Amino acid sequence: MSEKNGDLLLQVEDLKVSFFTPAGEVKAVGGISYQLHHGEVMGIVGESGSGKSVEAYSIMGLLQSPGRVVGGSITLSGEDVLAYDKHQMRELRGGKVSMIFQNPMTSLNPVYTVGNQIVEALTTHKKVPREEARRRGLEMLELVGINNPEKRMKQYPHELSGGMRQRIMIALALICEPDLLIADEPTTALDVTIQAQILELMKDIQKKTHMAIIFITHNLGVVADICDRVSVMYAGRIVETGTVDEIFYTPTHPYTLGLLRSMPRVDAESYERLIPIQGTPVDMLNPPEGCPFAPRCEHAMKICLNQYPPATQLGEGHMVNCWLMQKDQVLEKEA
Amino acid sequence: MIKYIIKRVVMGLVALFVVSILTFFLMNLVPGGPFMSEKPPSPAVQAMMEEKYGLNKPLTEQYVTWLTDLLKGDFGVSYRMQKNRPVLTIIKEMFPTSAKVGAIAMGWAIVAGIALGCVAAYKRGKLTDSILRVVTTSGVALPTFVTASILLVVFAGGVWNILPSIVGTSSSWKAYILPCFTLGLNPMCNIARYTRSAMLDSLGQDYIRTAYAKGLATPFIIFKHALRNALIPVVSYVGPLIAGILSGGFVVETVFNVPGLGRYFVQSINNRDYPIIMGTTIFLSAFVIAMNLIVDILYRVIDPRIDLSKGVE
Repeated sequence: MSEKNGDLLLQVEDLKVSFFTPAGEVKAVGGISYQLHHGEVMGIVGESGSGKSVEAYSIMGLLQSPGRVVGGSITLSGEDVLAYDKHQMRELRGGKVSMIFQNPMTSLNPVYTVGNQIVEALTTHKKVPREEARRRGLEMLELVGINNPEKRMKQYPHELSGGMRQRIMIALALICEPDLLIADEPTTALDVTIQAQILELMKDIQKKTHMAIIFITHNLGVVADICDRVSVMYAGRIVETGTVDEIFYTPTHPYTLGLLRSMPRVDAESYERLIPIQGTPVDMLNPPEGCPFAPRCEHAMKICLNQYPPATQLGEGHMVNCWLMQKDQVLEKEA
Repeated sequence: MIKYIIKRVVMGLVALFVVSILTFFLMNLVPGGPFMSEKPPSPAVQAMMEEKYGLNKPLTEQYVTWLTDLLKGDFGVSYRMQKNRPVLTIIKEMFPTSAKVGAIAMGWAIVAGIALGCVAAYKRGKLTDSILRVVTTSGVALPTFVTASILLVVFAGGVWNILPSIVGTSSSWKAYILPCFTLGLNPMCNIARYTRSAMLDSLGQDYIRTAYAKGLATPFIIFKHALRNALIPVVSYVGPLIAGILSGGFVVETVFNVPGLGRYFVQSINNRDYPIIMGTTIFLSAFVIAMNLIVDILYRVIDPRIDLSKGVE
């Protein structure tokens, strides 16, 4: 995999996903675009309901009815994923792209042994003899830092701790050596020390395998730790994207700023307070016409309420969708 | 595990004891007796018969005698229906016929019920699901004697005359089609309904999403990952039912004239043939208790999280 390092792996263009509920169409993802290269770790940050998981599920073709991709394209290694038939989609899942989930306690089937589930992940995609598959499984367990793998293979998920189960989830996600790992809040359900261990493990494995990772989280601390690049999502759109440094040191979008201000910092002075973002997330059934963040934005202008802001390029990869960046033109137009 | 099984067997024996007391005294509470009929024998003959079978003694004494005999493996002899033949011999003779019909009925009911339940759950909200819901609800709602009559009219005379209407001792396999179908219909529909609701639950679990994310094929996900987690309620329903069905469905055996244990059991009650009533009741109860034990052990086999030794007490 490493020889392709830096080549384009995934291109998402103007992806739109909607859920067709009895109450109406919920535009969970309203047109997002990004690129991901081999070996790159991208963080997608956003609050609950911002569409970050939905976006990831559509890459895997795992959207549950009534959710549907209604526009845009997903291109993986030059192939149009949305045009895949069932068979190709199955090959992608777990083969080229793997996923780990938020809740390791319930993500493993309780009635089968760990070994059974790991071996199954491999034999689904590769025709290997049982003995070989088992050996690979043991290797993977060792890679994810599980002691006494022989014994663990024979155990059931309920006999293991949450941290260990997440390690096993990682092992079975990686056994087919995918090009891309989607981690959907993999540390959210774990306690803090285990979180740190799992992050450490993922960083470690990423260094060894050079696979690309999409790291979905609402935890900016996690992002800073593991990601190369960050996209901040709000109400189904990416509002700001840039390198970790750009996002943390020169945040531009008021929402990104708000997220950073509401996060505790080690270097904060004792008198500094955390500032929450005022208001509540938008109702996705009736999203506002303009910038969805405008109602909560302290710098909102007239145009913000009427028109979605175009992207402004700030640096090589630093983009932001905010009218404030084009304040001069806006004022000129209004005058 | 062994300790648990021993415990359960002892509890089962206690239950059997209670069942036998209840049945014995209830049976004797019912008016009439084994030697009454349209043309009752003379009082002298009756007294003699009662003397012979010990029916003139106090009830408690009769019970103790019956129980002591039972503990020696003696179920007593029939008073009336097959005069003086040992009850155990009669049961051994009748049970296989019932069991044959019952096993076929349960076999198709389980296979079809689980399959249809899975399909309905997977296609939830779609047309297939709605059709299956109508079919299974009707199947559950229709009493056996109604389905039996309809099937008889349709296949054994009224519309087509293609299947025999009664089962004799030397009947061909064709004679078993209608009784087996009728007997299995209600359980099949119930199994389908239980399977559907349990499958809906397990298909919504996180590990199913994991299975999809691994790239497994849908049938594989349904039958390997979801079904096993959905089996507990189905097994709980099927286990004790097997005992009941294998011992003979009374209605089906009566309608189709199957010479089985279920029909015989009811006839024995009408005839007040006390030893046969007691014998079949004990047999049936023991069967149900045994099936319940098997079900509990199956729980452990299906779901390794279940710890049997903690469930008892």
